[in-house]
Amino acid sequence: MPRSERFVHREQRELRREALVSPAPDLGLVAMAGPHDPEPELRIEDGRVVSIDGVAEADWDVLDHFIARHGIDLEAAAETAALDDREIAHRLVSVDVPRADLVRLARGLTPARLARVAALLDPVEMSFALKKLRARRRPANQAHVTNLKESPALLAADAAEAAARGFAEVETTVGVSRYAPLNAIAILVGSQTGRPGVMTQCAIEERRSLQLAMLGLTTYAETLSVYGTEPVFVDGDDTPWSKAFLAAAYASRGIKVRFTSGGGSEALMGHAQKRSMLYLEARCLAAVRAAGSQGVQNGSISCVALVLAVPGGTREILAENLLAAWLDLEVASGNDAIASHSGIRRTGKLMGQFLPGTDFITSGYSVMPRHDNMFGGGNYDADDLDEWCTLQRDWQVDAGIEPLTEEEAVRVRGRAAAAVQAVFAAFGFPEITRDEVEAATYGYDSSDVPDRDRAADVAAADRVLEESIGGVDVARALAEAGFDEVAEAVLGMQRQRVAADYLQTSAIIRPDGAVESAVSDPNAYVGPGTGHRLEGERWERLQALPHEVDPYEWQAEIAADSGAAVVHEGSEAARGEAPEEVVIAVGPAFGTDIHATINGLPHHQVLTALLAGVREAGGEPRLVKIRHASDVAFIGHAGARLSGSGVAIGLQSKGTALIHRADLQPLDNLELFGMAPLYTLESYRAMGRNAAGYALGQRVGPVPTRLDNFARAKLIVRTTLLHARETDAVVAGAQPVEIELSGEAASPAAPGAAGPDPSLIDEVFRGATGTDGVDIRSEEPARP
Amino acid sequence: MSGVDFDPRSDHPLGTRRPDLLFTPGGVPLADITLGALRAGDLDATDMRATPETLGRQAEVARAAGREPLAAGLERASELARVPAETMLEIYTALRPHRSTRAQLEAWAQRLEDEFEAPATAAFVREAAAVYAERALVKEDDRAEI
Repeated sequence: MPRSERFVHREQRELRREALVSPAPDLGLVAMAGPHDPEPELRIEDGRVVSIDGVAEADWDVLDHFIARHGIDLEAAAETAALDDREIAHRLVSVDVPRADLVRLARGLTPARLARVAALLDPVEMSFALKKLRARRRPANQAHVTNLKESPALLAADAAEAAARGFAEVETTVGVSRYAPLNAIAILVGSQTGRPGVMTQCAIEERRSLQLAMLGLTTYAETLSVYGTEPVFVDGDDTPWSKAFLAAAYASRGIKVRFTSGGGSEALMGHAQKRSMLYLEARCLAAVRAAGSQGVQNGSISCVALVLAVPGGTREILAENLLAAWLDLEVASGNDAIASHSGIRRTGKLMGQFLPGTDFITSGYSVMPRHDNMFGGGNYDADDLDEWCTLQRDWQVDAGIEPLTEEEAVRVRGRAAAAVQAVFAAFGFPEITRDEVEAATYGYDSSDVPDRDRAADVAAADRVLEESIGGVDVARALAEAGFDEVAEAVLGMQRQRVAADYLQTSAIIRPDGAVESAVSDPNAYVGPGTGHRLEGERWERLQALPHEVDPYEWQAEIAADSGAAVVHEGSEAARGEAPEEVVIAVGPAFGTDIHATINGLPHHQVLTALLAGVREAGGEPRLVKIRHASDVAFIGHAGARLSGSGVAIGLQSKGTALIHRADLQPLDNLELFGMAPLYTLESYRAMGRNAAGYALGQRVGPVPTRLDNFARAKLIVRTTLLHARETDAVVAGAQPVEIELSGEAASPAAPGAAGPDPSLIDEVFRGATGTDGVDIRSEEPARP
Repeated sequence: MSGVDFDPRSDHPLGTRRPDLLFTPGGVPLADITLGALRAGDLDATDMRATPETLGRQAEVARAAGREPLAAGLERASELARVPAETMLEIYTALRPHRSTRAQLEAWAQRLEDEFEAPATAAFVREAAAVYAERALVKEDDRAEI
């Protein structure tokens, strides 16, 4: 069969690099409500759980044992036993059932029942329930900061920019594990330079991670992975008890702990036991809560692409986040590992978390270009920051990233790189050169940063552990080098470790050192007007993107256009008699208040081209100005009624034109030229020729024009302002007047002489009466 | 506000509401962790952490907020704050699958009780030992005796 070119083109899209598969429940490749998922069941005898989801105590695996002992609240279980699934699902989305009631119910539900109830919700219901159930009042975000060269200056600069952009947590990792202490120091110094109170972690092997935390170089850890089946848990070299012990060990040193789980991991590791991804995640989450974790990083995380390979994958991931929040856990909702090659698909998935808001919308936004992301992350990266901020602005939603000016980004990057340079110098670590600081401040990625002597760096990293160089020592080095504000912020993080307030659920730290947690700032959403709404100062801040333009400034620019008048207005225009006459009717601001089209063509030259075109084709042009209307259709129609031939060209000041005839309805026309940003003088000359052709009753082919459907998106604001200026010049009830070109006698301009790009005229033809003519005539498009 | 009366429902965050209750294990009050003290060399990196008492109060805060498992975890943390880091890591390793015999886990539980006054953690380790024995997660050569 010959290939359809449409199919061939679609196959070449980014999306098609990834495989989609039909459900295969036996392999665990089923999103939710799998055919082999157990029936929910909970049996309690003599005050103890004796059977969970169809498995009696004698057959329990290690997860069942753990959940039965620590993860089921018997009182809540009695309450939920009396409710059917639909009633519970209904309460999840009922605005009148507060969060506290829902989290109490969750404590009495088994994993199979949690998954079953979640599956009753559609995606919008899930999002709404998630919005209600988020633990902390205000959503936040977490950043990834890494680079391929493990450049400390670049790590510090990126951490500083992340902090300045409002990220509440910064996570790094290492390519070479012995580097960890240096990376931890770099992001500690960087983050505290950007904004005091940002929490940091270095994701490495647990023993090393704990060592760094004990030295006060990091403040949180989220490396504690759990899995939904016993074989995978054990393959991960842990049990729920060992993980819970480790969590307590971290907390004992004042380290905030978050577990990690996510759909698809069991299937990937070959032991899904035929269960659906959501059911296994429900088991994970029940274990996470039972282990005493305040929160979880979930929503598939590193297996996200596998979940998205099966039908309902995006919905399943949202359901995972929903279950975690329902279980009263802090949620860092994935969106870190690359979910898809397709930007559309990535963002479609993101909206499930972005719109309702989670405690951390991503569990790692790559603030550097994704090729420097050593987590295998970068679903969203440095290049996407403007898009992220624009999405927040579009939806009026707080997704935890603040706009930042280039000046401020450069300032904090430079300051952070210099600060870590001073710290390295103080400890006698290998020098961070001025070139490194410079490159970290202004560069794009690690390829712009000079190479370092990595063997020497590793030796320095070893010294951190050998000599117990900790957060206090880093602060001292900063203070001695004159970085007092950074020293104070690093010391502030040491005070946080002493207070340990951030061990409470969903805690983040404000720049003034106050802890914001689910205890101090709970999400109290109970309907419209409640909870965290993006309003007031915060909304002002998130909407004010650095490249935002003040339309009043543009308006003032347009108003300040004070060139000499291009046309002189004469007496009131009368109806012409000559059959070859073509009226060229311009808008009320033409040549007087506005002197050029949106494409920058001077009005004088535009009129000259039109006059020449009409004459070339044997017509006799007459110039009039319409004063009672600014709409191109009415300008043209009024002109046509004055024209001896009945044919006129209507022309707005911004350059939109049409050819009209007196016997047509005002909103009809012979040809419409709605792409003013693309027209050259030769375009206008061709319009003149065509108008004369119509006047003389000749057969006329439409003027060749080019179509650019993006023009509108680009220029619609300028169009609006120019049109507003034209409309300001309207005089109600005023009659059309004769006008003449000022200066030299009308002589034809060289075709295309002042046009920016003659090549824009090509063989693409518009219909003589564009079907969207009515829409286009007043909401003009664009300049390239 | 001063004194030791502590209300877990309203005293969080302690850092801002009850700084009077906060000290490092070495006895440095929270308010004395300053740049001045730092420059004077009065602060030690390894002393910058919560005391068992502070962690115990955070457990009370979690319990008052209805988070029983988190409270239990923070109580274990409070107990472990007295356990040297190396010992703590040894116990963690012992709790990993197939690392310990049931008797070895029992010995850790005993030590946690006797040496570190950590009864909750000891009970947790014993509970693990029982389940590990059932699920064949104890050390290979120990399985025969189950």
